[in-house]
Amino acid sequence: MAPMLEVKNLRVSFPTHRGRVEVVKGISFDLGRERLGIVGESGSGKSMTGRAILKLIRKPGLVTADRLAFEGVDILRQSEKQMRSIRGARISMVMQDPKFSLNPVMTVGEQIAEALVTHEKLPRREVNERILTMLEAVRINDPKRVAGLYPHEVSGGMGQRVMIAMMLIPGPELLIADEPTSALDVSVQAQVLDIIDDLVTTKGMGLILISHDLNLVSRYCDRILVMNSGTVVEECAAGELDSARHPYTRGLLAAMPTIDESRDELPVLDRSQWAGT
Amino acid sequence: MSLEPQIAMSPTPVAPSRRKWGRGLSATVGFVATVFLTFLGLLAITFFIGRVIPIDPVLAVVGDRASNEVYEAARVAMGLDQPLPVQFFHYVVNVFSGDLGQSVSTGRPVVEDLSRFFPATLEMATIGIIIGVALGVPLGVIAASRQGSVIDQIIRVVGLLGYSMPAFWLGLVGLALFYARLRWVGGPGRLDIFYDGLVEPVTGLLLVDSLIKGEFEIFWNAVHHLILPASVLGFFSLAYIARMTRSFMLDQLSQEFVTTARVKGVPERVVIWRHAFNPIRVPLITVIGLSYAGLLEGSVMIETVFSWPGIGNYLTTALLNADMNAVLGSTLVIGAVFIFINKISDVLYRVLDPRAR
Repeated sequence: MAPMLEVKNLRVSFPTHRGRVEVVKGISFDLGRERLGIVGESGSGKSMTGRAILKLIRKPGLVTADRLAFEGVDILRQSEKQMRSIRGARISMVMQDPKFSLNPVMTVGEQIAEALVTHEKLPRREVNERILTMLEAVRINDPKRVAGLYPHEVSGGMGQRVMIAMMLIPGPELLIADEPTSALDVSVQAQVLDIIDDLVTTKGMGLILISHDLNLVSRYCDRILVMNSGTVVEECAAGELDSARHPYTRGLLAAMPTIDESRDELPVLDRSQWAGT
Repeated sequence: MSLEPQIAMSPTPVAPSRRKWGRGLSATVGFVATVFLTFLGLLAITFFIGRVIPIDPVLAVVGDRASNEVYEAARVAMGLDQPLPVQFFHYVVNVFSGDLGQSVSTGRPVVEDLSRFFPATLEMATIGIIIGVALGVPLGVIAASRQGSVIDQIIRVVGLLGYSMPAFWLGLVGLALFYARLRWVGGPGRLDIFYDGLVEPVTGLLLVDSLIKGEFEIFWNAVHHLILPASVLGFFSLAYIARMTRSFMLDQLSQEFVTTARVKGVPERVVIWRHAFNPIRVPLITVIGLSYAGLLEGSVMIETVFSWPGIGNYLTTALLNADMNAVLGSTLVIGAVFIFINKISDVLYRVLDPRAR
């Protein structure tokens, strides 16, 4: 059986006054109903990869690939209209910062309802029930009250749980989480990721977790892609991260402090080792 | 955030609604108080400016050949011999009892003049702003949602023309083309000469008055006369509103929550109108309000070109004749319009933006 998502030689480029700049330079991977982590520093192209899968790169950005298919459907050949029936309903994305990614003048409930009724015509009462159940599923205690709040009235952690509820309510098969916790306090990061992990596993969905936090990704994912300047430099199972070979990954691992640290100084990445690869 | 302490402090379900009602009452009282204070400030400024400018209102009444005794008598009769604060007090009392004094140049009470001239401007400005908003907002939204396209370029050029074309020139060309050559619209003035004075003024707005009396012929005649000057005014506010709408929309369309809406699979039409346009209604109200207030001040150029008996014309004539009561009265009306529009905008902000509640 073909994997849920096939990506072969994906390239994303943007025109600048010095010619086209490629931000994703031909990456390939397959994804089944599993949890894949994409790690990399800022500007490594990991977010662009996520957006390219949803065909959200807007002109003048250009996306090309030898193959970019979801459940056998060629994403790059879909019209905007066809993409709309895939977005949200089959592939969904949790964005980085709920402060900016939720509409400030719509209530939380309205925004979640919109995600649902865009894909399913349901009577109002059933929509409301589904919203409350979904809000409970992301561990919001008082869903009735929260549904009537505006985004500026909820905390960051709660906002992100609302975001997750909104993205999962139409029942997608693949969830892309683009740095879902980097805008949150450390204390609620684990909470939010636990919720994502829980829901994704019980519904048997695929997950792409995009992050710059190696630790986090190795804890929540089955497989890890390490990206650097638009290319995949390392691909391994989460448990085998310790035996990674690429100097970039090794450098990142070496720069992570441990609780019983004995080093005086953490090492700095030596980029000359892989420059030009 | 604001809900939590409220719930904590209100054990019975009745309490929140009573609190809300009390808050509404105190808000209304505060609102009236600020309007009153702003108005008083406006009165003070217009009054003192009126007194310090080097125009002698006595001379305007008695003429420059009057003897000293006559001059003094007129000065005392006008109350100008009293100290300024006393004069101001009398002025405020008079204004609040609806007396703005006598106009020197028309010989009628200023209040009567204003009730005749201001509705003419109000009518023209209102039709103008309706044209400006009805066309300007959609044009701005279309331009922004197709940034860089041919349509966008055309809309931007139209906007630029509205900024750079002189009003009187456009008015004259409009008259020459649509009135003199094509005969599509009525000429200068508010009505054809043989309809003049046939309708008893109720509101002073000809369109409304003629409909109240059921005089449809006069109504259509008034429309014919109004449409061209209102369109010229509308074109200028259209240009401004379209440009502002476009830039507000471009700003919103690059926001994350717009991407969120697209991720949800929402149709582009909904993305643009519900997600990008709704949040810009608040700044747009400011733009439209200011634009409307600007039109209500009376465009002297347009009123002159179209022989429109509006407040811009009245104020200019009064200024040239040193008719201080008329000048102060007009300034007051214009200032009151500004205050009124600002207050309406404030109320609308609260309705449209949950963050401002």
